Amino acid sequence: MSKYSLSIRPFGVHAILIEWPNKVEEEILDDILQFNFYLKSNCLNVAKWEIVPAYNSLTLILKEKPINFNKLKNKLLEWYSVAIKVTSEPKYLWRLPVCYSLEYGIDLEEVSDKLQMSVSDLIHLHTSHQYTVYGIGFLPGFMYLGGLPKRLEVARKATPRLKVNKGAVGLAGKQTGIYPQESPGGWNIIGNCPVSMFNAQKQDPCFVRVGDKVQFYEIAQSEYDLRTIESEVGIYKHEKILLDA
Amino acid sequence: MLKVLKSGFYTTVQDQGRLGYLNKGVPVSGFMDSFSASKLNLLLDNDPNAAVIEVTMTGPTLEFEADTYICFGGAEFSITLNNKPLQNFKVYKIQKGDILSYGRLLKGFRNYLAIKKGFNSPKVLGSRSWYFPLTSQSHFKDQAYVNYEACSSYNPKISEWHIDSFIDETILEVTRGPEFEFFNPKDLERLFTQEFSIAKDYNRMAYQIEQKINGHKISMLTSATLPGTVQLTPSGKLIILMKDGQTTGGYPRLLQLSDKAISILAQKKYGDFVSFKLS
Repeated sequence: MSKYSLSIRPFGVHAILIEWPNKVEEEILDDILQFNFYLKSNCLNVAKWEIVPAYNSLTLILKEKPINFNKLKNKLLEWYSVAIKVTSEPKYLWRLPVCYSLEYGIDLEEVSDKLQMSVSDLIHLHTSHQYTVYGIGFLPGFMYLGGLPKRLEVARKATPRLKVNKGAVGLAGKQTGIYPQESPGGWNIIGNCPVSMFNAQKQDPCFVRVGDKVQFYEIAQSEYDLRTIESEVGIYKHEKILLDA
Repeated sequence: MLKVLKSGFYTTVQDQGRLGYLNKGVPVSGFMDSFSASKLNLLLDNDPNAAVIEVTMTGPTLEFEADTYICFGGAEFSITLNNKPLQNFKVYKIQKGDILSYGRLLKGFRNYLAIKKGFNSPKVLGSRSWYFPLTSQSHFKDQAYVNYEACSSYNPKISEWHIDSFIDETILEVTRGPEFEFFNPKDLERLFTQEFSIAKDYNRMAYQIEQKINGHKISMLTSATLPGTVQLTPSGKLIILMKDGQTTGGYPRLLQLSDKAISILAQKKYGDFVSFKLS
């Protein structure tokens, strides 16, 4: 490995931050995830360490005791220099259904005006791209998705809503995503995804992992109703495709 | 069972928190003032992760439906058991039908009620800490119940604890956050010389600070945040993330509070003063 020069900095006494160049790039994300996998399989006790990947960083957290920063920093640099390209965790493309009706897409018409694009062109463009999951955070199961086509970039709403529905699919700047639960929010809402992004009753509560890809496809109200029930009772079958490493 | 006759402002069940799901966006949650809560579990010979009730600003009235032992501590409230006044950090025997009542808040902001063997609210992702919508409840409503195992005989090794109260402490010990070095030291001068007060927005997710410092134009990619992370917004506002805080954020992480400093801050309310000190 050793492709990038890493910046390693202390983050309180219980955490350490490893940072890659300040860019949104899939190559960087891949390098981070490979190093993450190497650390988990060869170096760190995964029962004790939590590792949070996001965009250009890995944060390692050890709750039980303070970290010896200098010692760990040197070890990490050494591990990074010897880490060979190992088989990383498998990555998937998740196909997620979205109902883009005006009932759910409450900002659909406004966004279509702003972008000077018909609603159907907007939906076509939003569903024809694969988005990369660069991070999961902010709320349980919230994905930071990258790869939005430039033509869909629209400023977030001037005044955030106090309540955005669970499943709402939004656009804001260079980002698109799904609100995994009801929350306040300033994104432009263009549809709703009936599939729960987070299920606290499951051992693995969020099926998506950082590095996976997501593609939306349009569904009608009738299918939306069906998928909602399937998701609620836990029999919804995810459409996923294994991606080449 | 413990019956909640009156719920108080924001009364929840908390343990040490939910570990292992930060990479799925799940906050740690758990005792805001872990210093006080841990002392109470120790006093009752409980598992350090035993769940306690966290009381915020105005406390509940509670009826015990089985014998047990309790102790409470943290913020100072006038607390009575069947109208008889009790004190913080002391073990009391409880009999079926006893009524514990939180009165006026005297000092601090959060009090913890620990019970022998802990409260048995359901575990979600390995923790009993309430965090809605992971757990079905965000905080107690009137006439709610929470389970505990009865205990009719227990000899506490120590029945009382005189701990130095830190409720009056205002100095928050911090270390430099990951983005600290990106700032011009001149812009941060005021950070360690002036006092700051708690703004109106403060809860289990975050404490906002009233006084602004110099703003900035530092742009960074979203990255992990922790309880105790002090973020600086472009307009110069300081936001201190707490136990239910978001797991990632895009603002520079200027400082990181020590564990003890998080407990000290958890006892502060609107208008209270704090200052930062590098350790």
